[in-house]
Amino acid sequence: MSEEDEFGAYHALTESEDDRRWAFGTGFTDALEGVDTTVPDGVDGAALACYCLMLGDDALIYSHRLQQWITRAPELEEETALGNIALDLLGQARMLLARAGRADRTGRDEDRLAFFREESEFRNVRLVERCDNDFAELVARLLVFSTFRLALFDGLRTSGDPVLAAIAAKGVKELTYHRDYAAQWVVRLGDGTELSHNKMQAGLDVIWPLVDELFVPHPIEASLHGVAVDVQTLRTEVDVVLDTVLATAGLDRPATAPMATIRGRAGRDGVHTEALGYVLAELQSVARAYPDATW
Amino acid sequence: MTTIEPLQQHFEDTIAHEHRIEPRDWMPEGYRKTMIRQIGQHAHSEIIGMQPEGNWITRAPSLRRKAILLAKVQDEAGHGMYLYSAAETLGADRADLTDKLVQGRQKYSSIFNYPTLSYADVGVIGWLVDGAAICNQVPLCRSSYGPYARAMIRICKEESFHQRQGYELLMTMMRGTDAQRQMVQSAVDRFWWPSLMMFGPPDEASTNTEQSMAWGIKRHTNDELRQRFVDMSVPQADKLGVTLPDTALKWNAERGHYDFGAVDWDELAAVIGGNGPCNIQRVAHRKAAHDDGAWVREAATAHAAKAAKAAQG
Repeated sequence: MSEEDEFGAYHALTESEDDRRWAFGTGFTDALEGVDTTVPDGVDGAALACYCLMLGDDALIYSHRLQQWITRAPELEEETALGNIALDLLGQARMLLARAGRADRTGRDEDRLAFFREESEFRNVRLVERCDNDFAELVARLLVFSTFRLALFDGLRTSGDPVLAAIAAKGVKELTYHRDYAAQWVVRLGDGTELSHNKMQAGLDVIWPLVDELFVPHPIEASLHGVAVDVQTLRTEVDVVLDTVLATAGLDRPATAPMATIRGRAGRDGVHTEALGYVLAELQSVARAYPDATW
Repeated sequence: MTTIEPLQQHFEDTIAHEHRIEPRDWMPEGYRKTMIRQIGQHAHSEIIGMQPEGNWITRAPSLRRKAILLAKVQDEAGHGMYLYSAAETLGADRADLTDKLVQGRQKYSSIFNYPTLSYADVGVIGWLVDGAAICNQVPLCRSSYGPYARAMIRICKEESFHQRQGYELLMTMMRGTDAQRQMVQSAVDRFWWPSLMMFGPPDEASTNTEQSMAWGIKRHTNDELRQRFVDMSVPQADKLGVTLPDTALKWNAERGHYDFGAVDWDELAAVIGGNGPCNIQRVAHRKAAHDDGAWVREAATAHAAKAAKAAQG
């Protein structure tokens, strides 16, 4: 290799820029570029947008909690795996938020929706908001979340909205890996040592009150017949998977009661836990400090 | 000694012919130790280097920038893993190297002991810090130790990708608001001199250079690489529209290089000596993650042992 070749990469830095050439994977500015985002006939755009926010916010907020693990994981392999999962969910969030901003005709892009909405406008379930106490809680929640979301996305592949169906088809592959990763760790920790078993059981116990909310049908879903998935229909499938993993791991299914709602309102209605405010304070801080900036 | 001599001769011939030393080849103990230290410290640098940028993942001001940064920090973890693997081909052990890092017995690149104070720092780290790393590392793609050389080829490709992303972020910010331009200039002011220090002490004070050059594990002297970095960065700074914080920086037509001011070697000595702005914080953070994960690793080992026993029937 000549010296010119050796440093070619560096010299090329200021050459004419063709972003697509090198910004593979993460460089796109429009998550739905080239996609026909027309809302199908007979579908209420505002309801569809709201539904996309529900699914998008779940991914956005949970990705944030996974991002907080980066540089804190028990092994380097876990750093890369958790980074992968956080990236996948962030990618899903970007497409879903972009879909929401088109469907409701407000023209809000993914960043407008992520960084400039108030807490009560977020539509995510409460499960994704809390900060993990330890690695056992992380994998407990990831198992529940990815099992639920995989079942949901599997159903969405035949959604009457082709954009949502395409997002789901891509997501199914990702979520299959997330669920597999989580299940393997739940089994390792449940079976490993007495300490890990106890921590794993405690991790499940702590998140279990938030599981029921995933299967509570929302009027928005009901109004989107043929487009949205009825979450009530997912319960059996999800329970079978969770019970199988817990049995393999030698863990008990927690018997804790579901966390109460506030006059029937919870995450999907914008009524959250105290944890979400801190997530948003962190997530939105720079974007809000420089509202006129371009990044 | 008579049995060693032909092996020693073979080793020296291999180096002289610019061929690679491979894990099963005989090598002098000094070479092995030096390589383990060099690769280990490089791996540590990747892992500690996740922290200053990881600091901004959750606050990235757009989802696109967040994805780029998250992917980059993940790449660094990947680099760390395959560098530790390269060190393991020499008989080192990742857990042992990690212990040395968290106990402060092995070093990592001094640049990561500086704080990241705004989002522009993410871009400047990409442009200058990854840029300096590329200058240091591209010649290592020809390292005499095969596994390291091959790891470096892959790492350099990804590093140059990171550098472009950093530079592109800065370009975008410079086209933005006055506040953004000030943020970029402030980041350049803080990172320019530490970037020059990444090439190590001046040649007359560098103790390892001569033997490392002879062994083909170092290809250029510290000062040569530093000069090259300055020469390449000045036009890039111009294009960006930032001022490099050095009043002595001037083109020298006679030398065909830029002259530049004196690096504050006392500052480098302080940072290497453990008194940089973030040394204690960086190592403590890594140690806490490692210690907090001990029960998880023990559980995984215990589970694997049980599973293996069950498989034996």
